[in-house]
Amino acid sequence: MPIHKFLVRTKNHDPREAGWLADAHALGFQQLKRVECQDLYFIESQLSQEGLQRLALELLTDPVTQFAAWTELPAPPTPPEPDSVILEVSLRPGVTDPVAAEIVRAAHEIGLNGVHRAATGQRFILHFDPSVSKSDSIRLSASQSATLAAALAAALLANNVIQHWKIGSIEPSFPEEVESSGQVENIAIRNLSDDQLLALSKNRRAALDLAEMQAIRDYCQKENRDLTDIEFETIAQTWSEHCVHKTFKAFITVDSEQSTVDGKTANHQPTTINSIIKTYLKSATDKINAPWVRSAFVDNAGIIDFDDEFEVSFKVETHNHPSAIEPFGGANTGVGGVIRDILGVSAKPIANTDVLCFGKQNIRFDELPESVLHPKRIMSGVVAGVQDYGNKIGIPTVNGAILFDEGYAANPLVFCGCVGIAPKGLHRKNPQVGDRVIVLGGRTGRDGLRGATFSSMTMDAQTGEVAGASVQIGDPIVEKGLIDVITRARDLRLYNDITDCGAGGLSSAVGEMASKLGADVELKKVKLKYPGLAPWEIWLSEAQERMVLAVSPENIPALQELCNTFDTELTDIGEFTGKHRLIVRYNGNPVVDMDNEFLHEGIPQRQLKAIIDNSIIDERISNIDTKQTLLSLLSHPNIASKSSVIRLYDHEIQGGTVVKPLTGVKADAPSDATVIKPFGTKGMKGIVLSNGINPEYGKRDAYHMAFAVIDEAIRNAVAVGADPERIAILDNFCWGDPKRPETLGSLVEAARGCHDAALLFRTPFISGKDSLNNEYLGTDGQRHAIPPTLLISALGMMDDITKAVTMDLKEAGNALYLVGDFAPVFGGSHFDTTIDETVPQVSEIAPQVYKALHNAINAGLIRSAHDLSEGGLAVAAAEMCIGGRLGLDITPLLTTRDLFGETTGCLLVEVSPANIARFDEIFKDLPFKKLGQVIADPVLKLGETTITVEDLTTAFNTPI
Amino acid sequence: MKPQTLIIQAHGTNRDYDVAEALTLAGAEAHPVPLNDLRAGKKHFADYQMLVVAGGFSYADSLGAGKLLALDLNSYFNEEISTFVASGKPVIGICNGFQALVKSGILPGESPSPAGRGVRGEGATLTFNQQGHFECRWVTLKPTSQRCIWTKGLENIIECPIAHGEGNFQSSQLPITNYLSLDQIALTYAYADGSPANGEYPINPNGSILDIAGICNPQGNVLGLMPHPENHIHPYQHPQWTRGVKGNSGLVLFENGVKYAKDFA
Repeated sequence: MPIHKFLVRTKNHDPREAGWLADAHALGFQQLKRVECQDLYFIESQLSQEGLQRLALELLTDPVTQFAAWTELPAPPTPPEPDSVILEVSLRPGVTDPVAAEIVRAAHEIGLNGVHRAATGQRFILHFDPSVSKSDSIRLSASQSATLAAALAAALLANNVIQHWKIGSIEPSFPEEVESSGQVENIAIRNLSDDQLLALSKNRRAALDLAEMQAIRDYCQKENRDLTDIEFETIAQTWSEHCVHKTFKAFITVDSEQSTVDGKTANHQPTTINSIIKTYLKSATDKINAPWVRSAFVDNAGIIDFDDEFEVSFKVETHNHPSAIEPFGGANTGVGGVIRDILGVSAKPIANTDVLCFGKQNIRFDELPESVLHPKRIMSGVVAGVQDYGNKIGIPTVNGAILFDEGYAANPLVFCGCVGIAPKGLHRKNPQVGDRVIVLGGRTGRDGLRGATFSSMTMDAQTGEVAGASVQIGDPIVEKGLIDVITRARDLRLYNDITDCGAGGLSSAVGEMASKLGADVELKKVKLKYPGLAPWEIWLSEAQERMVLAVSPENIPALQELCNTFDTELTDIGEFTGKHRLIVRYNGNPVVDMDNEFLHEGIPQRQLKAIIDNSIIDERISNIDTKQTLLSLLSHPNIASKSSVIRLYDHEIQGGTVVKPLTGVKADAPSDATVIKPFGTKGMKGIVLSNGINPEYGKRDAYHMAFAVIDEAIRNAVAVGADPERIAILDNFCWGDPKRPETLGSLVEAARGCHDAALLFRTPFISGKDSLNNEYLGTDGQRHAIPPTLLISALGMMDDITKAVTMDLKEAGNALYLVGDFAPVFGGSHFDTTIDETVPQVSEIAPQVYKALHNAINAGLIRSAHDLSEGGLAVAAAEMCIGGRLGLDITPLLTTRDLFGETTGCLLVEVSPANIARFDEIFKDLPFKKLGQVIADPVLKLGETTITVEDLTTAFNTPI
Repeated sequence: MKPQTLIIQAHGTNRDYDVAEALTLAGAEAHPVPLNDLRAGKKHFADYQMLVVAGGFSYADSLGAGKLLALDLNSYFNEEISTFVASGKPVIGICNGFQALVKSGILPGESPSPAGRGVRGEGATLTFNQQGHFECRWVTLKPTSQRCIWTKGLENIIECPIAHGEGNFQSSQLPITNYLSLDQIALTYAYADGSPANGEYPINPNGSILDIAGICNPQGNVLGLMPHPENHIHPYQHPQWTRGVKGNSGLVLFENGVKYAKDFA
């Protein structure tokens, strides 16, 4: 069938061009003078010329702004022009292409039934400016231009993992029509030696260690048979670090290094730990035993009470490895994945959060390990991926953080969170014998094969190529259909169990759901994006936007009708049997037949060693220029405004964003936390979202880092009005390779800090997740590991959102107070990360300070409140001035340490003169201090130093 | 009787419930209806007195925002919508709904024809924001048209957020003259004091010609606008409510529409 190539270009200028050009220049391609950007469509059809013309005019172009031209393939070669190069990019076969699918559907809708298949691509016309090239010739030769274009393609315009690119005219990339493959390979494992077991694990990228491989061998010997490839892959996924958290469940022997100045801490370090989760995380939640926690650590998300009618759920996931090799797709599907976790507890998603960690943006290419994408490109791709999914699916992205550290250059961190709300009592996790195994949503392709094991490995220069299949591209509109169907099906009680298809695909989702009853599934029934998948590929595929439900047969018609209404595909692939075995068939023949107990309980506990390093500290302080120091801190990438990213996310949809991520007179100051009034709830109750993260502290002292970030998350929530006694938290640990005892030592210490801090604040963990092996092995043998990174996400409650407080100064004449146990130190501070001091330690009285502050907020005594965090008191004061465009006169003589040292447990609060007596009364037994007052003159006065609010604002809005 | 309002839920519509809440507050009865239920004949346009094409990302903005939803409107509901518009009942398209109404030719419409529909408008479109990317921020709108039943009589500015990447209204010179002479420019981006943005970013957030934020058909009953007045219907939604600022709500637009729709109830 003929294929036509359509080229669509804008009549005037395409606004995307400026973006590409700026990105290219930022990456050092100064010779690029101009980029033209055009859209390519490949249409395989039997259309007449008239049909092709209709397709171009009615479908492929906006007649007001665009032109289209088309030609039948093979296209005649384009003559090369000096100084300019045509570069074309198209998706690799099998990569999700929603636009192509829409073209075929819409063509049929307008009667162009001859359209068979479509594919999309982009054409770039790159114009180079010879004057800035090093070449002596006046113009760049065609080959010089081509070399530059190829470098640009690799660095910016295409990603080999999901795309082809070509200089000149590219061919479309339709998946080849191949016969369905029922091929199953047998893996002889019963008689393998230990070395052969390890080789097998490595060859199949299973990430299983010897003890685990031996357990599999023992099982085979016991059952007197070998495994099929699909059985082996199922075990590898089910037993992956990603799915079972074997490090967090391991038996750990701890070796504390003796040198310490903090004897108290060292004395509390245990010598063995039987499961980090049980010892530190779940146990904290159990000890606190908060009556409002409805589900912690067992469901796809943690769940707490909202009011009598509703419950709220919260989950934060990471999608680090995929985002490293394909930033857009990785982040995109990270958002999609965590939204499905919320659907997995039968809730409607109401807010997204995103915390992102990137390498330093100004790093040179030659400083990067081989095959690692530039951090600038990773950041723009990740941000675009988050934006695309959240905005399109219609969930406000309301809270987050962006951090930069050289440790994240090869391993960016992408934490995606989602909050949901559901009527109480409708979520069910109770499949019945005879229930059908129902798959809802997207179709299955080769995308995301072995993602769970991939994310459990150290990456190297080959990772991008080998794991190319691990990258999924999302389709948020399909997932929107899932929200519409599932929330209604829940209300109609049409299902008995539900879970999402995430890492491990159907193998994990069906496997987990059938772990009690057992199931019998037919893979031939799974709807495929294209034919040719082997059974193990169907079973393991991590194609996006799929949920698995247990539905009793009599409810199928009603569910089918809902699916028809919301354009969602429903597939019945089998039955929950009650036979306690997992049976998977292909064309009726069993390809998996395994004992549930072995699959889910058969994994041996890992035995690991940890070394805890308690290093000695000393201190040193330097004399500095206060003004310059403050301005440069405000411009520090970790502190400076993130508005250019925040505004790319729709944070207003659903109409409940009461305290927004940006606040103040000009809406350009950073809120401590977000307040949401969930849509459809009665009364004035709201939820509060905040987070705490501090890799600088993590590098120095994992225990106190954990304490500090839990404190920060809680303090941020309390600052806007959350009730400190109604906050739940989530942990996300991102660490390096836990098989290295030092790495595991700091992980153990962080977990211990989590436990102790949760108990101090009486704040339960309701969900958690770990992502380990965030390391990159360079071709030079050098390991690049991330700093120990713990994200604490907080979900708080407030009874009356109209009492919420923002951080912008409100009125001249009001008094400014510092509340909390002020103990500034420089260890891990943004003032100077090299100063060898301790990191801030949390004061025992912090919970009482927060309780008092909450009482003061409830009594209406607090006009503004802002936490002291990175950059210390001076930065906090400056940000409050920026928010209110008002000045502050801070009268006490403050030292460099007071101004820029970092402390936990403290906030600046603004109180009007009329309320001072009541405020004093509330705080009388707690540390608080008057610092000065709000002034109409827009200057920040710090003793002798005076800085205009305009200068503060400019610095804050100009990240270095 | 409360006017019955049809809110079309297309594949990817996502501000359907936001606008439903606004209309309920304004005194209408809001009915979000999946497009497939309209296609299947389970619900009928004729049973409603007001029509809303809500915001979102129908079909993920494939091939241009609103383009494929416009195709649906024209392919499946050409007659129903023509009749609805010709009858003078109020119609509003917000954000993605505006994009769909423009790309289907319902807006800006050319001259009032017996069918009530303008000739397929080749003169106007909503294209990529001048900044080249999606943007979410609050804007100030000045109601300008007395012909438009949605903005008629409104004197105060309206504050509400935008959240779009393709909201840049562009049109060739000739239709622009028509819009002006027919009083079709319903809402413009303006400073807080009501003075025109004159293309100044971010007061005019997307580069729209003549600061156009919303435009109506020559009859005045169909309004399309990029910003989201449905997201400013409660005082606590305003970005400066914690400073004691009482913002100018977007509810007035919906109240106007409801008042007008009552004539058809």
